[in-house]
Amino acid sequence: MNAAWIEVGLFFAVLLALVKPLGHYMALVYEGKPCGLNRVLGPVERGLYRLAGVRQDEEMTWKQYTVGLLLFNLLGVLVVFGLQRFQSLLPLNPQQLGDTTADLAFNTAVSFATNTNWQAYSGESTLSYLTQMLGLTVQNFLSAATGMAVLAALARGLVRRRVETIGNFWVDLVRSTLYILLPLSIVLALLLVSQGVVQTFGPAVETTLLDPTTDATGSAVATQTIPLGPAASQIAIKQLGTNGGGFFGVNSAHPLENATPLSNFLQVLAILLIPAAFCYTYGKLVGDVRQGWALLATMLLVFVPLVGLCIAAEQNGNPRLAELGVDQTASSQQSGGNMEGKEVRHGIAASALWAAVTTAASNGSVNAMHDSFTPLGGLVPMWLMQLGEVIFGGVGSGLYGLLIFALLAVFIAGLMVGRTPEYLGKKIESYEMKLAALVILIPPLVVLGGTALAVAVDAGRATVSNPGPHGFSQVLYALSSAGNNNGSAFAGLGVNNVFYNSLLGAAMLISRYWLIVPVLAIAGSLARKQTTPAGAGTLPTHTPLFIGLTAAMVLLVGALTFVPALALGPIVEHLQLIAK
Amino acid sequence: MLRSLRTASILFVLLSVLTGIAYPLLITGIAQGLFPQQAGGSLITSSGGTIGSELIGQPFDDPRYFWGRPSATGPSPYNAMAGSGSNLATTNPALADAVRERITHLRAADPTNTTAIPIDLVTTSASGLDPHISPAAALFQVRRVAQARGLDEAAVRKLVEQQIIGPTWGLFGAARVSVLRLNLALDTMKP
Repeated sequence: MNAAWIEVGLFFAVLLALVKPLGHYMALVYEGKPCGLNRVLGPVERGLYRLAGVRQDEEMTWKQYTVGLLLFNLLGVLVVFGLQRFQSLLPLNPQQLGDTTADLAFNTAVSFATNTNWQAYSGESTLSYLTQMLGLTVQNFLSAATGMAVLAALARGLVRRRVETIGNFWVDLVRSTLYILLPLSIVLALLLVSQGVVQTFGPAVETTLLDPTTDATGSAVATQTIPLGPAASQIAIKQLGTNGGGFFGVNSAHPLENATPLSNFLQVLAILLIPAAFCYTYGKLVGDVRQGWALLATMLLVFVPLVGLCIAAEQNGNPRLAELGVDQTASSQQSGGNMEGKEVRHGIAASALWAAVTTAASNGSVNAMHDSFTPLGGLVPMWLMQLGEVIFGGVGSGLYGLLIFALLAVFIAGLMVGRTPEYLGKKIESYEMKLAALVILIPPLVVLGGTALAVAVDAGRATVSNPGPHGFSQVLYALSSAGNNNGSAFAGLGVNNVFYNSLLGAAMLISRYWLIVPVLAIAGSLARKQTTPAGAGTLPTHTPLFIGLTAAMVLLVGALTFVPALALGPIVEHLQLIAK
Repeated sequence: MLRSLRTASILFVLLSVLTGIAYPLLITGIAQGLFPQQAGGSLITSSGGTIGSELIGQPFDDPRYFWGRPSATGPSPYNAMAGSGSNLATTNPALADAVRERITHLRAADPTNTTAIPIDLVTTSASGLDPHISPAAALFQVRRVAQARGLDEAAVRKLVEQQIIGPTWGLFGAARVSVLRLNLALDTMKP
């Protein structure tokens, strides 16, 4: 048990140690300064611009930036849709898998373009290697780069004065991909392969079982087919880009996707790496690193207690099984605790830490099955998503989401003292607040509205797999995940059907782009404003007071909106569990 | 708008080639050069062909072998092409029923063993393919395996202890035993 807590402590130590160096590097990338990789990648970058007709120094208004972004994302959706619908005719399909259905293809295309990576399918039995690489791996990079670009644009909006422009989308997109995501992915992918994560174009391998078994119908089974594929390259970017879509159906619980405790540590670290480092990058970009540290502190303030709660709840085990006389105590000989749906090599702490990390960030990959978590252990990841994916959140998108909450905090503080609110010297006026309100309210609307719809109709209830309040939790979790672009699941819910593919696909689309557009509009509006110098009455936005205030906004909105729904799901289930 | 569309299309194609073809090929090339064994699925081979993967569990139900964790994959346990957890909620009566049945099965195979059963031995894993059990779960089965094989209990216990993999560098993950490795070692010890 002590060793497990050491692993968690080490996770935070390594993560925080990497924030400044990586954050500094990323700031150089977005400022267009030499970052150290220019000698190798500079020619590639310039070549891309030349072929695509991009002029590096051409600036865009927020509307031009938005149009470029939306067009580029639309292309992504169409290509991933097409690849799935025609994969049987295309190369690199050694298992000869058929085309996917239209609703699944729509859901998956939207899912990967929006950086959600919700998966209604199992990769090994559904998608060809070509679809995985050219469709999904590509979107893992580009959807992440899209979110990163929006943050860079927002930061420019905050520091620029009296201009109409917020940067060049194509440059932000290319530089995010080329200088940040690609080099980190190459390093991580190779480290993962060294641990046993597969990377090959060979077909599945058939082996002979040592002790033959029988299947559900009683026929003998003497062989095992082991799936392979170019997994490590996809998994590296799936974690670094807070994507989360697994190469295999069970995601990072699959031993060939996450082979050892060390590969697990590297992956869980990779999930939060860029979102955490981005705080520092942001500080650099706005010319005051204290602002970045304050935002990181806000995230940690909410995150750390929830990690503790999740680990404790899972380590406590399942009282219903304790009654049966099994041994759930932790010792040097076993992890103990609630081991249903968890892997022995990871044990309880690394599984619960992952659950919190993957839902704090809008990653959504899993190394344990959240559906089988204890009610409180499962409440943590569900609520972390419902907080709007701003506690780390997606690469770029998490931080711009939190900045919207920071605007709300200065607005409320301004109301209290009767002063026009300012953030970084920019007056926050009714236009910005209206857009901020949209950003804050759209995800809850999608989540709660979608959940209400799903539990009200037969098609939504038909595929619920657990009885009682947990069945409701499964639906609420699915909508919380899609409606905040996370992608993790209470996987027992059957979601590969027309109803859920359509509903969740729509939820992902709305929550991604109806947030990006207002954020870019805010960036454009702020760029036009003059900066007012800080006076005696200005609320500083890097102090513990402001950190507490912003965290309180996140928690208040999250609690007021979702506690009633959570009471019907995990909370009542917890009471049932401890009742006997 | 048209110019944006043209730029978007060209950049999309170029970045797709870079991240969707060049990058996976580069990783595959380096991986096959540096870590061919790991990149290919960590397969264990013998003269008779491929025995299995180091990382993928196999079903065991013969008392002469150590048993791994129950598996939720269908239609047969440890179906590696359809990895799956049970996704049963802690409060789902079906979970308690399944665990009760597994307890009965374990007790029936080893009636004199009255120690509490380690939790991982009666619960399904996240992947349904967990290659490991806890040291506690392996030690729990020592007497049954020794009796079924006509081996000295102490010798089997010693074998299990040799097979325990500690947390990596004493820091990461949990102590564990690879069930397939342990059973292969058993077969080597006494076929």
